[in-house]
Amino acid sequence: MTSIKESIEAANAECVRRLMAADPVLVDVAPAGEVVPGMKDRTVFHSGPPIDWRRMSGAQKGAVIGMLIFEGWAKDWDDGVRQIEAGRISLEPNHHHDSVGPMAGTITSNMWVWVVENRAFGNRAYCRQVEPAQQFGDYGPEALGALVKWRDVWGPALRAAIRNLGDLPLKQIIIKALQMGDEVHNRAIAASSLFANAVAPGLVKSGIPQDQLLDTLGYVGNHPLLFLGLSMASGKSAADPARGVEFSTVVTAMARNGTEFGIQVSGLPGEWFTAPAPPVKGLFLPGFHQADAGLDMGDSAIAETVGWGGFVLGGAPGILSLVGGTPEEALAYSREMRRICVTQSQDYLMPALGFEGTAVGIDIRKVVQTNIVPVIDTAIAHKQPGHSIIGAGIVRPPLECFTKALKRFGEKYAIR
Amino acid sequence: MAMVKRLLIRKGAYFDSVFLMQVARQIAAEPGVRDASAIMGTEANRRLLEHVGYDSHELAAAGPNDLVIAIEGEEAAISTVLEDPNRWLHRRATGGDDHACFDLEEALARRADASLVVISVPGEYAAAEARNALARNLNVFLFSSNVSVEDELALKRDARAKGLIVMGPDCGTALIGGAGMGFANAVRRGPIGVVGATGTGMQEFTCLVHRGGSGISHGIGTGSRDLSDEIGGLSTLTALDAMEADDRTKVIVLLSKPPGTATMRRIVERLQGCAKPIVACLLGSEPKSITLGAAGIRTASTVDQAASLALEAVGMTQPAFLRADASEMRARAAGEAAKMAPAQRCMRGLFAGGTFCYQSQSIMRDGGMIVYSNSPLEGMRQLVDPAQSREHSLIDMGAETFVAGRPHPMIDATLRRERILREAADPEVGLLLLDFVLGAISSADPAGDLLGAISAAKEQARRHGGSLCVVASVCGTEEDEQRLDEQIKRLVSAEVLVFASNTQAALFSRELALQMRSR
Amino acid sequence: MAKRFEELLKDTPVFINIGVGEFAESLRKQGFVAVDVWWSPPAGGDREMADLLDKIL
Repeated sequence: MTSIKESIEAANAECVRRLMAADPVLVDVAPAGEVVPGMKDRTVFHSGPPIDWRRMSGAQKGAVIGMLIFEGWAKDWDDGVRQIEAGRISLEPNHHHDSVGPMAGTITSNMWVWVVENRAFGNRAYCRQVEPAQQFGDYGPEALGALVKWRDVWGPALRAAIRNLGDLPLKQIIIKALQMGDEVHNRAIAASSLFANAVAPGLVKSGIPQDQLLDTLGYVGNHPLLFLGLSMASGKSAADPARGVEFSTVVTAMARNGTEFGIQVSGLPGEWFTAPAPPVKGLFLPGFHQADAGLDMGDSAIAETVGWGGFVLGGAPGILSLVGGTPEEALAYSREMRRICVTQSQDYLMPALGFEGTAVGIDIRKVVQTNIVPVIDTAIAHKQPGHSIIGAGIVRPPLECFTKALKRFGEKYAIR
Repeated sequence: MAMVKRLLIRKGAYFDSVFLMQVARQIAAEPGVRDASAIMGTEANRRLLEHVGYDSHELAAAGPNDLVIAIEGEEAAISTVLEDPNRWLHRRATGGDDHACFDLEEALARRADASLVVISVPGEYAAAEARNALARNLNVFLFSSNVSVEDELALKRDARAKGLIVMGPDCGTALIGGAGMGFANAVRRGPIGVVGATGTGMQEFTCLVHRGGSGISHGIGTGSRDLSDEIGGLSTLTALDAMEADDRTKVIVLLSKPPGTATMRRIVERLQGCAKPIVACLLGSEPKSITLGAAGIRTASTVDQAASLALEAVGMTQPAFLRADASEMRARAAGEAAKMAPAQRCMRGLFAGGTFCYQSQSIMRDGGMIVYSNSPLEGMRQLVDPAQSREHSLIDMGAETFVAGRPHPMIDATLRRERILREAADPEVGLLLLDFVLGAISSADPAGDLLGAISAAKEQARRHGGSLCVVASVCGTEEDEQRLDEQIKRLVSAEVLVFASNTQAALFSRELALQMRSR
Repeated sequence: MAKRFEELLKDTPVFINIGVGEFAESLRKQGFVAVDVWWSPPAGGDREMADLLDKIL
């Protein structure tokens, strides 16, 4: 008879096997209303675990109101708030709908999303546009203007390009980008460039009007974080098939809404383990300081969940500067992450650390045993609505999420 | 001083934006600088700077491929920074693979030739760590206390079976291959080997040997409980085996409190079978030196005696400082007693070294005195409240009751300082007996830590028309960082009567205490 | 290399330090090699978690 330890080890092995087998491919770009399961009228999906309007952070509220105005459901802030308080708007987590979104992560029907299919398992995941304003809580006309362009110009152009190409595999782009100093969370410039190169022929041959073509080429060619949307959708598509492995203690989602940090665990499907979102210690753009900062926010921690982002700090000197930036720190972070994970990737390597593979499969047992929590690098929003990005920094989930999950694991699997 | 804003534009200099935020923060931390930004001159970035008050015309000169450093602060401070911004822009590489490891496995991967594990984690976890180390065939120095007897026995059985040693638990000191572990003093290598169940006892012994001109081959700690009948002297036996096999060691000294009865027999048997000269020092035993058996086992009851016998065994004469002159002490004590007020009739000893408290009690007992203590010797009285002295009291300030959750008195003098002042406030107190321990891990200035309290205490006695006699010994060598000679000089300047060892300080104190009662 | 204790006394010891950093520092100051192990209580001292982890990790 297998002991509980053996069952867990076997389950975790299966779970990371699934994670590592993932083969994300971009298959479409489409309005969320068309492709995202459960997307309805007067519905706003948001980042992080479930949260109600009252408890939402300032930045996420700003982003939600921004979407209401974008969709034409509200005229302005006050009108938007009235509707929400009257119960006419539905607020749900992206993660419950196979989706992810950066920062406030707000998705509505007319928000176009990347559609990424995990060819290893056939499942799909969706991520919205990445931009520096509305997702940070800015609901002004300039911020929303970028969403309009994505809806009317860039999204449809990219759809046509992908249709022309058939599809666009992403795994190789990520592998290469990690070897070029990216960590595909806050440093995605190499990946974005590689993607722009790959999609350009599709854009040209799609036959879209020239001004749309030039505009879109300019967009994809000059957006240093374009690929974040693709890496997030890739991460989500990789992690979803790893959910529900009985006895597994591996984390399948980490997500924040600016109020709470939540994790999900493979052997405890459907459950969130939450704790108050931590502040992000960081560096700020001119005119902004720590006192202005909102709490940790975004579904982008899906990158770390599958071994990118903060787990690649060792290989991403640009982002390493967030914490000082010495080689010792690089080594220290990658050692820490290896300590709390099941294994190391064979595909995603870090040249700066002798091509060692990134750590994969965050094990809640090891996190609680060592008290080492995963490291995440992230952008910082203002604590109030109405602002764009104000900085970037490093954050760690609260240990409480992991101890809650472990306790629940003990109960569910009747471990005495 | 007026705050100004200044810009520096460096054309064609590209830096990563996050790196630049780090640079900005470092510049902002310079004295005289209120705030700083470092950004590439993109339109969006230039607008941000205009928004906080920088001149748009100046900014217009910067393009997206140019670096802009914007600083707000005092003119002079800004000039200093902008003189050489490379100080922040160009990082020097630091090397080194000396980060801490996560566990024993990793440490062994780093140094496969590791031979000894030093463990100082909290007691409840210490046995598990020691078990791990023994499982990897490594010797153990177990500083941690509060390890159960059962765990200690299991560890030592395991160690003995593998030819390894567990030094401890509760082992404060060891000298292995010239390396001082834990609270150790800087003593030269030499032919005298010591196996000790007592920390400060071993420290004092090694220092006396060094000061006497000889040296220590190894000082093997066995932990305070090793010679109890429950443990049966397992580490002591291993240590004796090793000392016997060690070419450098010419004399073996055993330093301990009296063993359990069964263990005593076992040890004596083992000692009698030993090819090298032995000095067996059982602190608190009968005060005479006898020779046992053909192999020449000499016994001692004080550390001083053990040191003298060991030096003799390697052919050295007894040094002057180890000779206690009873009549000289008597005369000196009379002089001190004469200065005291009639009410002053009590001795108070406040010890950082547990062994010094123990040995002092033993010396008092030999003189027919009864003293109170928080760790009383057989025949002495238990203090009901360790914080409250009465009559003659000798206090082990390193006992659990004082040390729980605090640094040891050899490291932190706070509690002893307070206690000195409390004792001095008692008009019955005429004599204060103190120990000072130098060496690794100990306070950087043990004498200095207490000089203020000592002076205040003496002043208080003077104000009440009496005199407080403060007696001390300093355990250390001139090679210790704290410098024995320096420490003694400062104590003497403060009118402390400094003796060459705890034994002699205790002998003098006994004499003075008896005189305080008989006048 | 693992040594019997007798052999240890003949050679220069190489140390691994688990616990208080000062012990390793002191050894290094004397010119010996001491590798530091950064130790923390299992499960951060949380007894309930430590007990559970004993069974599953």
